[in-house]
Amino acid sequence: MTLSTRSTPPTAQGEARRRPGRSGVSGRVPWMLLVPAVVGMAFLVLPLAGLLARAPWATLARRLAEPQVLEALRLSLLTATAATAVCLLLGVPLAWLLARVDFPGRRLVRALVTVPLVLPPVVGGVALLLVLGRRGLIGQWLDDAFGVTLPFTTAGVVVAEAFVAMPFLVISVEGALRAADRRFEEAAATLGASRWTAFRRVTLPLIAPGVVAGGVLCWARALGEFGATITFAGNFPGRTQTMPLAVYLALETEPEAAIVLSLVLLAVSVIILACLRDKWVNSP
Amino acid sequence: MTRPTALDARLVVARPGFTLDLDLQVAAGEVVALLGPNGAGKTTALRALAGLTPLAEGGRISLDGHPTHTLPAERRPVGMVFQDYLLFPHLSALDNVAFGPRCQGAGRAEARRAAATWLERVGLTDHASAKPRHLSGGQAQRVALARALAVRPRLLLLDEPLAALDAHTRLEIRSQLRRHLSDFDGATVLVTHDPLDAMVLADRLVVIENGSVVQQGTPGEVGRRPRTDYVARLVGLNLYRGHADGPRVTVEGVQFSVAERLDGPAFVAFAPSAVALYRSRPDGSPRNLWEAVIDGVERHGDNIRIHLDGPISAFADVTPAAVADLDLAPGRRVWASVKATETHAYPA
Repeated sequence: MTLSTRSTPPTAQGEARRRPGRSGVSGRVPWMLLVPAVVGMAFLVLPLAGLLARAPWATLARRLAEPQVLEALRLSLLTATAATAVCLLLGVPLAWLLARVDFPGRRLVRALVTVPLVLPPVVGGVALLLVLGRRGLIGQWLDDAFGVTLPFTTAGVVVAEAFVAMPFLVISVEGALRAADRRFEEAAATLGASRWTAFRRVTLPLIAPGVVAGGVLCWARALGEFGATITFAGNFPGRTQTMPLAVYLALETEPEAAIVLSLVLLAVSVIILACLRDKWVNSP
Repeated sequence: MTRPTALDARLVVARPGFTLDLDLQVAAGEVVALLGPNGAGKTTALRALAGLTPLAEGGRISLDGHPTHTLPAERRPVGMVFQDYLLFPHLSALDNVAFGPRCQGAGRAEARRAAATWLERVGLTDHASAKPRHLSGGQAQRVALARALAVRPRLLLLDEPLAALDAHTRLEIRSQLRRHLSDFDGATVLVTHDPLDAMVLADRLVVIENGSVVQQGTPGEVGRRPRTDYVARLVGLNLYRGHADGPRVTVEGVQFSVAERLDGPAFVAFAPSAVALYRSRPDGSPRNLWEAVIDGVERHGDNIRIHLDGPISAFADVTPAAVADLDLAPGRRVWASVKATETHAYPA
């Protein structure tokens, strides 16, 4: 059987999605592109395969049930979710501001917002300490006024993760906002909707796929966050020791445990991504 | 019958390389069509009325005697139907129509009741729960109209309301739209580049070119007495500006006998079907006669439209048989004449 003898027609949806001309492109794949592509794929996939190959399958169940593992996993899921919530709450309005309001210095603000993307996370952690640490610019005041200290607490983990992950959300949502047809907001305005109502009832539903995509990216980044977390929140089991920290620590003492923890992180990421992917495909 | 002026506006919008400046008065219950070529500023005028494009210095809009140009779009008593309708894709037809009443403070149930009434009026009760992507073009147009009317506007704006429809649907929706517009008691301004839509839907035409009004009047007046080449093309007439001296109008050396008596600058208009073509110079009066060269030949309905070049350029509609008999092909020299009774002259 070859593809050319296949008689089932493509589904109507698949047909509609096909771009004109795509089916007309044929000929051999040039090796100048094929070889690097295969090497690149291997580079991305092989380490994960290695992880699976070296996994201590025999003792896996026992190791997984260890309280430190469960504790770290619980903490990781909790803080990554909380950080994503913070990012959604602050990042979506920020993206809206960047995409919809013409204010002086907008380009600068956009550049600043994306700095955490390229900043080494450890530097981010140091910066957070300087501002939110017990003697930091804002931290000092938080401590005096409310008795709140963030460093070396679970809340500190959330702060560190949110700091590093927020740009992913902002960029994704801003892109969705720029791509969305602004005339829907104009239509809402002619129907009597204030800008807030138009945002809530028209814009937000229209860009929902972009928000979800940004949220997932943000969550995944928060789940894997290491540098800022260990710098700002430290490495206390049960309080600030998330999975990546546990993996790193275990690697020095007990490599097999590190592999198990890594597998768990991998599994969680893949499961969440798979679930959300289904949701995207089914959503309008 | 004189109706009170509902809309009284001077729309001034300045853009680099383009200025819109037009006065617009629309009576309550009156339908005015803004007609003009692409880029004339029709849609800009509509957006300015809706508050989506700010007015420049000197612009003002008053609606039922109240100034509205100071209000933001969402506070103006204006309903707008956009060219591609812009129905909210995530809301059902009913919720699209209920959107306006909700924004005006109605409760969910109340807004939905009002929306259901409007959908019933446009004959779409059966499609109330349908999402916009499941509606046909004509249905979407009716939902958009219901949505605009559901805010109970004093001014209804329609941007190319029929442009997105196919020919068959267009016919049906045009007559429905006409009925709905005659039921509406506020002022209506619609924008179109289709003369037929304008003639059928509007009580008065305002023709805009390059951001200002070049002609206005009832569809009949504009259709019979075009004043610019654009309008003449639109209504399908040959139009010339010449000099009148009693019953004669001279255009580029060609003399026309006309029924009207005029003096000074004048327009002469006649239909392409009034032009007769001859291979050799016909006998008789030298008036209404000129020698021309065929510039182009194309199908036009059941007839053939001949483009004539010469002292004056003109269109002539002849039968396919005539084209064969006279061997009318591009480049051939012919004599063209038009009967005095079929020419129409009026002051320029």
